[in-house]
Amino acid sequence: MYQYDQYDQAMVDARVEEFRDQARRRLEGKLTEDQFKPLRLMNGLYLQLHAYMLRVAIPYGTLNARQMEALADIAEKYDRGYGHFTTRQNIQYNWIKLEDAADILADLARVEMHAIQTSGNCIRNISADHFAGAAADEVVDPRPYAELMRQWSSFHPEFTYLPRKFKIAVIGSETDRAAMRLHDIGIRIVKRDGEVGAQFYAGGGMGRTPMIAPLIRDFVPLDQLITYAEACLRVYNRYGRRDNKYKARIKILVHELGAAEYTRQVEEEFAHMLSVGVEPPLEELARIAAHFADPAFVEGPKTLDRSDPDFALWVDRNTHRHKHDAYVSAVISLKPAGGIPGDATADQMRLMARLAKQYSFDELRVMHTQNVLLPHVRIADLHALWTALDEAGLGSPNMDTIEDIIACPGLDYCSLANARSIPLAQRISERFAQTGRTEVIGELKLKISGCINACGHHHAGHIGILGVDKKGTENYQLSLGGSEAEDVSLAKITGPGFDEDGVIAAVEKVTDVYLEARAEGERFLDTYRRIGMEPFKEALYG
Amino acid sequence: MADNLGTSPDEVQFRFRDDEAVDHGTVTVDACCDQTNAAAVRIEPGDDARLLLPFLDRLALVEVNFPSFGDGRGYSAARILREAGYTGELRAVGQVLIDQLSHMRRCGFDSFAPDKRLDEEDARRAFATWDNVYQRAADARRTIADKRHEA
Amino acid sequence: MKILTGNDLRSGAVTWWNGTGWSLFVDDAVDVGDDAEEILAREEAARRVNVPYAIEATIDAGGHVRPAHIKDRVRALGPTVRRDLAVPTANKTGWDWVI
Repeated sequence: MYQYDQYDQAMVDARVEEFRDQARRRLEGKLTEDQFKPLRLMNGLYLQLHAYMLRVAIPYGTLNARQMEALADIAEKYDRGYGHFTTRQNIQYNWIKLEDAADILADLARVEMHAIQTSGNCIRNISADHFAGAAADEVVDPRPYAELMRQWSSFHPEFTYLPRKFKIAVIGSETDRAAMRLHDIGIRIVKRDGEVGAQFYAGGGMGRTPMIAPLIRDFVPLDQLITYAEACLRVYNRYGRRDNKYKARIKILVHELGAAEYTRQVEEEFAHMLSVGVEPPLEELARIAAHFADPAFVEGPKTLDRSDPDFALWVDRNTHRHKHDAYVSAVISLKPAGGIPGDATADQMRLMARLAKQYSFDELRVMHTQNVLLPHVRIADLHALWTALDEAGLGSPNMDTIEDIIACPGLDYCSLANARSIPLAQRISERFAQTGRTEVIGELKLKISGCINACGHHHAGHIGILGVDKKGTENYQLSLGGSEAEDVSLAKITGPGFDEDGVIAAVEKVTDVYLEARAEGERFLDTYRRIGMEPFKEALYG
Repeated sequence: MADNLGTSPDEVQFRFRDDEAVDHGTVTVDACCDQTNAAAVRIEPGDDARLLLPFLDRLALVEVNFPSFGDGRGYSAARILREAGYTGELRAVGQVLIDQLSHMRRCGFDSFAPDKRLDEEDARRAFATWDNVYQRAADARRTIADKRHEA
Repeated sequence: MKILTGNDLRSGAVTWWNGTGWSLFVDDAVDVGDDAEEILAREEAARRVNVPYAIEATIDAGGHVRPAHIKDRVRALGPTVRRDLAVPTANKTGWDWVI
């Protein structure tokens, strides 16, 4: 994985001191809260319901054991012993003091980490396919491009006060495991006649006006990648709406101009930018790529002893095909039935770090599904790994099932939320685990957001739940048919909302309809797409 | 009227140019495009900086106004002018705060007239925040990538 | 009644105006009547509180100060999903009070 050189280190060190100075000026009253807010946000520091919240960047979700241990130490030293992994592959701490924030950033900098641009109206942490460099179906490893973009976007002088936040995801296979087309810019690294380049999608997003990003360029040559991104951003910075916060994302600009006109403006700016020369030297990409060389895979058994049914179930559910046939990628579920999706204690983080050292070449990934992945595990080591996870309560065999719920922090933590998300996730996962229907149902992606900002990706859920405020009480809208994958689609609302008990019952009814109607081999989503909304509506409201 | 639009040399708190700051009659972008003799112009956030490109030779001062520090369009305006070869004074005016100075400098601003005077010591530190930079911008600094790969 | 709440600037902790200062406990909150604006402006300017605001509240049957909106009740008690992290000596009438 990528390692800082003296320059990268100096940049994060400088940032720590800059923020220390900003916090000092705030505490001395030289900065008002209005002036300080965008500065603290650009260091990931929010003011939430109970305290400050710090969001730490995990670029493209990748970290090593030492970094995971540092996250555990921070949880204990400055927080209340746990952290929350997010849908953009970051981690959040909920109980941070402003007066500690600079010290935390300094602790992070010591392990080549930071909280740079994890919030604010700037280019956010770059996310990527969590199986990058491991998946059997990968065409090109997206991580070098994500790292190149991380550096380009860090402290970008022109794009720090954009109309609104800006999220970029990079993938390198046909399969989309990063919700690429639901990002402000989605990039797919592709190979055409042996030449590597980038496909650009622009103007996707969730939030209050969900949009699927249209393709704006089919192939950007590698030595023009940054230049093209810069052109996309400049057009947005100049013409994105600033009169209304809710219409300020690039998706609105692309939608209002039309994809063709936005593309035309980008191409014009791009042609100009090429003449200015903003692209880093191509050798830089090669230097970065060298950090992502394969670890030293060794041959080994390709099959395993499946006599323990619990183990076999976990293998079937939580492992993913690897490009080396003696290995798999193994998902550590942070979704125990009845648990808080994405939360991990300091001890759990340390255990995951130790297992990564022992079994996965010292590497972990944070998945956008709020789980943690060990990307390279020998098939021969799987049983030992599973045993260790199972003992620690991290062995739930539920990846991509109805128990593997994505949920935002909701009204339990977030000042923007209208309703709580976590209790719903807890009750639904518990219910389905108890009735044993999880396995019968198979793949079903359930996603819960506590407000219209859609941090819980409800628009992209096979089943989505959105919490709303109905005259001061929590109410939940149900939607069906979304997908963040390569078959991307936006979920549709079923009808009137439900209270907490009602929406849980509604989820069960919806799965009843599916089980009744499904054809051989159909996932929930496939059945929904075939039979449409009506049978579900009938069951819910009929 | 149009003559009173701009900032005066006394309002400039930081300047990174060797030439003397002079009082120009500053006009709007529209007026600048209609007039043949204006030497100073003020860009508002919604103005298209590229309209000025035919007139760069006669401009000695371009002011870019930041009525609100959170509106970043002025950063693009500044870079666009520098990319087009503008070498005159480029002055950031309005809500120009400590923590925006280093980025403004990178985008080509070489003079600063904040509407509230800034603490000199805090500003000095802010201009010097970054020993190195990742991106190419209007200041022609060698980037980290350039340094990594110099022969 | 009208009460004032905000967060402590340094620690971020949720605080409530008790008439002379900022308390960690919602039950200490006092009715500020028409003085809300004046107190908010003065206290924020002095940085004794960050982003404070006025809210409606009632005194419930058990004598506890009960903010009108669920969001402020969550702030008063702590996350409902981590009862182990509740504000100490918080309202003992229990978590049903929040919902």
